[in-house]
Amino acid sequence: MSKQELLLLDCGVSPFCGRVRIALAEKGVEYESKEENVLGGKSELLLSSNPVYKKVPVLLHNGKPLCESSIIVQYIDEAWPSPPLLPTSPYERAQARFWGDFIEKKVFDGGSKIWKSKGEEIEVAKKEFIETLRQLEGTLGDKDFFGGENFGFVDILLIPLTTWFFAYEKFGDFKVEEECPKFSTWVKRCKQRENVVKALPEPEMVYEVVLMLRKMHGVE
Amino acid sequence: MGEEVKLIGSIQSLFSFRIEWALKLKGVEYEYIKEDVRNKSPLIFKYNPVHKKVPVLVHGGKSLPESLVILEYIDETWKNCPLLPEDPSQRAMARFWAKYADEKCLIAVWQAYMAEGEEKEKAMGPALESLAFLEKEIKGKKFFGGEKIGFLDLAVGWIPHWLNVLEEVGSMKLLDAEKFPSLHEWAENFIQISPIKECIPPREELVSYFHSALIYLRSLSANKP
Repeated sequence: MSKQELLLLDCGVSPFCGRVRIALAEKGVEYESKEENVLGGKSELLLSSNPVYKKVPVLLHNGKPLCESSIIVQYIDEAWPSPPLLPTSPYERAQARFWGDFIEKKVFDGGSKIWKSKGEEIEVAKKEFIETLRQLEGTLGDKDFFGGENFGFVDILLIPLTTWFFAYEKFGDFKVEEECPKFSTWVKRCKQRENVVKALPEPEMVYEVVLMLRKMHGVE
Repeated sequence: MGEEVKLIGSIQSLFSFRIEWALKLKGVEYEYIKEDVRNKSPLIFKYNPVHKKVPVLVHGGKSLPESLVILEYIDETWKNCPLLPEDPSQRAMARFWAKYADEKCLIAVWQAYMAEGEEKEKAMGPALESLAFLEKEIKGKKFFGGEKIGFLDLAVGWIPHWLNVLEEVGSMKLLDAEKFPSLHEWAENFIQISPIKECIPPREELVSYFHSALIYLRSLSANKP
């Protein structure tokens, strides 16, 4: 398959794009990437490929657009079956999808509440966020990765979101490592993987973006 | 597959019915455990400690919440009468629209149902917009799954019955046959299919539930500082 048949409409700091970059790397699939200016002006290609949400990531495979990062990752897993990102048994696959859905509902929005809040609200948002991480720690247990021995679907959905945690820690005045040490260990384990490190931005860069977003939202 | 199947569900929950329809389509025998969403039993807290909601599927003692996750599990466990297509890009589309319908369409319909006075007209906008996307998706097809009903039909299967009730109780018209002819026709066809037509909650029950829910929810909003 030539590179031109796969085009990722991308954005460096977007953790949702990060998921797709990692999944494609895990499968050893080559692709073209087009960086979108999500705050400055979205391209015609993005707007026409994702008319519903008008957001990145969009993966164009032979011109067919695929949207929503968790759905794109599942697509990548099905289109290139090796190595598998989801477990083989239906129940374990369902568990992975359940926790994927939980992550979608809780992590990014929960973290955003911390940097969007003022005064006492920050403390409330921080407590909720830490509780979410503790629930994830509970399901991780003593396993190396959420899927067990192998890095997989749930790890891929979650690890890019952690690049935003430095910003949450600054504004919420807390440290994930102190509140959720097991979670922190899992993050470090994932960051030993070349595909993860190459795909993700530095947390300090994300922090600069959050500072800008705070100004835009009138929080500063 | 000889292991026992139980479904913890509720007559008021449109999410529960998706699972019943899927199990019946596949000819899977199950025990139905009735929950009242207004008065949750300890079972719910035991089998769905994370979200504390129905539906929950319990198969061979192992529990599974979240209706769209359960649908995929059912499809992978009982392979007859497949719900999702085989082609990965078509599967992705079905998942995309099911997620959209739950996260945007249903939420927008709910907001419109709750809104009052001048706010109602404004709140109907996003709901109508989301129905327009679904209209485009069903155009030219009998069902979202093609000739037969599939994953997406079950996921939006609340439209023929529940939307109708929310429109009545919420004093609004959303699924207009003139504005959304294909979606309207799909809705008429969907509720004629077995096992859907034999497995629909009594309308009066839903009307009464959503009527009292509306009073309660509006009183909560009124009491917010």
